[in-house]
Amino acid sequence: MSNTTQLLRFITAGSVDDGKSTLIGRLLHDSKSIFEDQLSAISKTSEKRGMAAVDLSLLTDGLQAEREQGITIDVAYRYFATPKRKFIIGDTPGHEQYTRNMVTAASTANLVVILVDARKGVLTQTRRHTFLASLVGVPHIVLAVNKMDMVGYSEDTFNAIVAEYRAFAAQLGIHEITCIPMSALNGDMVVDHGDNLSWYKGAPLLDFLENVVIDYDVNTTDFRFPVQWVCRPQTQGYHDFRGFSGRIESGEIAVGDEITVLPSGRTSRVKQIVTFDGNLQRAYAPQSVTLTLEDEIDISRGDMFVKAAAMPQVSKEFEAMLCWLSESPLDRNRKYIIKHTTRMVKSLFSRLDYRVDVNTLAHHEASALNMNDIARVAMKVQQPLALDHYSKNRFTGSFIVIDEATNNTVAAGMIA
Amino acid sequence: MKLVENNNMSSHIFTHLDALESESIHIMREVAAECKNPALLFSGGKDSIVMLRIAEKAFRPAKFPFPLVHIDTEHNFPEVIACRDKLAADLGERLIVRSLEGSIKRGSIVIKDPDKPRNPYQSVTLLETIAEFGFDACMGGARRDEEKARAKERIFSFRDEFGQWDPKNQRPELWDIYNTRVHAGENIRVFPISNWTEMDIWEYIAREKLYIPKIYYAHEREVIRRGNAVIPVSHLVQPKPGEKVEVLSVRFRTVGDMTCTAPVESTARNAQEIIEETSTTRITERGATRMDDQTSEASMELRKKEGYF
Ligand SMILES: Nc1nc2c(ncn2[C@@H]2O[C@H](COP(=O)(O)OP(=O)(O)OP(=O)(O)O)[C@@H](O)[C@H]2O)c(=O)[nH]1
Ligand SMILES: [Mg+2]
Repeated sequence: MSNTTQLLRFITAGSVDDGKSTLIGRLLHDSKSIFEDQLSAISKTSEKRGMAAVDLSLLTDGLQAEREQGITIDVAYRYFATPKRKFIIGDTPGHEQYTRNMVTAASTANLVVILVDARKGVLTQTRRHTFLASLVGVPHIVLAVNKMDMVGYSEDTFNAIVAEYRAFAAQLGIHEITCIPMSALNGDMVVDHGDNLSWYKGAPLLDFLENVVIDYDVNTTDFRFPVQWVCRPQTQGYHDFRGFSGRIESGEIAVGDEITVLPSGRTSRVKQIVTFDGNLQRAYAPQSVTLTLEDEIDISRGDMFVKAAAMPQVSKEFEAMLCWLSESPLDRNRKYIIKHTTRMVKSLFSRLDYRVDVNTLAHHEASALNMNDIARVAMKVQQPLALDHYSKNRFTGSFIVIDEATNNTVAAGMIA
Repeated sequence: MKLVENNNMSSHIFTHLDALESESIHIMREVAAECKNPALLFSGGKDSIVMLRIAEKAFRPAKFPFPLVHIDTEHNFPEVIACRDKLAADLGERLIVRSLEGSIKRGSIVIKDPDKPRNPYQSVTLLETIAEFGFDACMGGARRDEEKARAKERIFSFRDEFGQWDPKNQRPELWDIYNTRVHAGENIRVFPISNWTEMDIWEYIAREKLYIPKIYYAHEREVIRRGNAVIPVSHLVQPKPGEKVEVLSVRFRTVGDMTCTAPVESTARNAQEIIEETSTTRITERGATRMDDQTSEASMELRKKEGYF
């Protein structure tokens, strides 16, 4: 079985003004992915503002408020392709106030480029973003030491920052980091090597992005199929058709395989794997398909099909790491709903174990949860959920918390 | 998805188009399952035709669990309207059409010059239609690669009771666990093909052999040049004194309001040839074709704040 895809999703992260948006602009510019009308529009704007050169950060900072303030507020998605790969880039904001938008982008990324300003070194926000990237399980990390032009392209400065960063990352259990010195402004080490960093022997960023082996995060062993939708055509020829539509989140399934329906625990066999393009004998993650079963059993949205050989935990109580994203702090008198795969349930916070200090990674006692806090909690839910540890399965190990009164998404959770 | 069978071992190749398609199917099913009264905005343009195919893949052999809705500016190309009606009929799905004319009669839209572009007014009729049917979710075919404000929008984009988008305060959107909850009167706009590019759309049209309005392919057309733009001559756009009518081989990259949608010069007569042209073009889809988006740097953001798709 080979599973090749050309799509790499990556994001930029790091502290305010470290050059994330400029880097993306530079990457698009030097890989000839900027269109003439886009370039002429940002040139005009740069000129109007009396800038000497084109401000490439304007390519992603698309909102009026962002342009006014020269900062990024929310993620911008950009698309480009080289002959080797297709890329979806998320440019995230460095401001602490907008951390939730960084988490939004990180949750679907295969790779994160953490930028550091060579003059400033590793900052709190650098650590926070690194911690968040590791928490949401972004598989690959690149450290880009940017603005090397402002420190005379000094190798010593680069080495010192790399050493400090590696020491921090090691505490998180991250050891594989690719570190690249660069100047997003001038283009050194973005697409081309440039002349100023001849002491650096590694490849430029784009080269790395094109060639990094993306282990697909897709868990290929444990079959997980959350039912999204029950397909009942009730039309001519399909009176008895009852299909269960959803996406295979991990593993694979074949006609004739025995499945267990959770949480009920009933079993049946797969009769057909139906798609618009014809029935299949076998299907794999992340395909969207419709399954029919040999037996008539009661199944609805929110149920999950699994195989007996690799069962998730079915439970009403669990522990999780939580990123609190909302401006209003956790209020234990309020009602919160959890959405896990395709199931929504009422929930209770039964315990707050500790809060993590993003600078030192030390655990602190937690009596409250405020915006941007990262904490370990214990939760109870009204109906049982089919859960996997987040490190084993990004799809069945994740959930969001919704405030029932405001309908806002207030937290991101990972089963621990 | 191609299946390669060899000696009982089956290997499968999951291309980037398969990945995008599966993501879009997943999004549509979430909408159908969680929203009480959703609709699919369908204009007869290429992006919404791709959405129809995604809907077929998500829901067949059953009917779509939502109607198709078109907000008609009455400035549309006749070929596009014909295609819209044909596709809806072929699929046997319900099509609801509401036109700006209705809003003009009610007085909710006051138009100074009936021949000027009407895109800005579409939001009014859209919001009226949402209220008329009580839709709590509208799926649209906007893509993030089209425009810089769109590049910022969530896949599930929350709108308040005035249909407004608040770009500085969007809901976090984690993994692909979508929060579809709204209060009565509020709604969400959902963009199932957010992550598709113009190139992906053409590759998909070629792969799926989708039927699209023929004005997307190169054809001879009478045009006039105004500034940098090439404008199609129609009953709405007639040459002014001194303007010369030329016949050029052109195709449309987008098909919007006839008075402000410019074609590009092209000889590409099928999807494959368009893919080749698209891979060498140096101008964005909207930059080449939408005169209304160029009026101000933030025109799309402003329109979205007012309730536009
Ligand atoms: N000298 C120099 N300046 C740079 C470099 N990269 C970025 N800058 C400048 O740093 C400033 C901030 O750049 P941005 O790209 O907006 O920073 P950001 O990280 O996206 O900021 P936020 O998104 O608001 O967190 C701008 O004035 C850039 O021109 C670089 O390599 N060298
Ligand atoms: Mg930025």
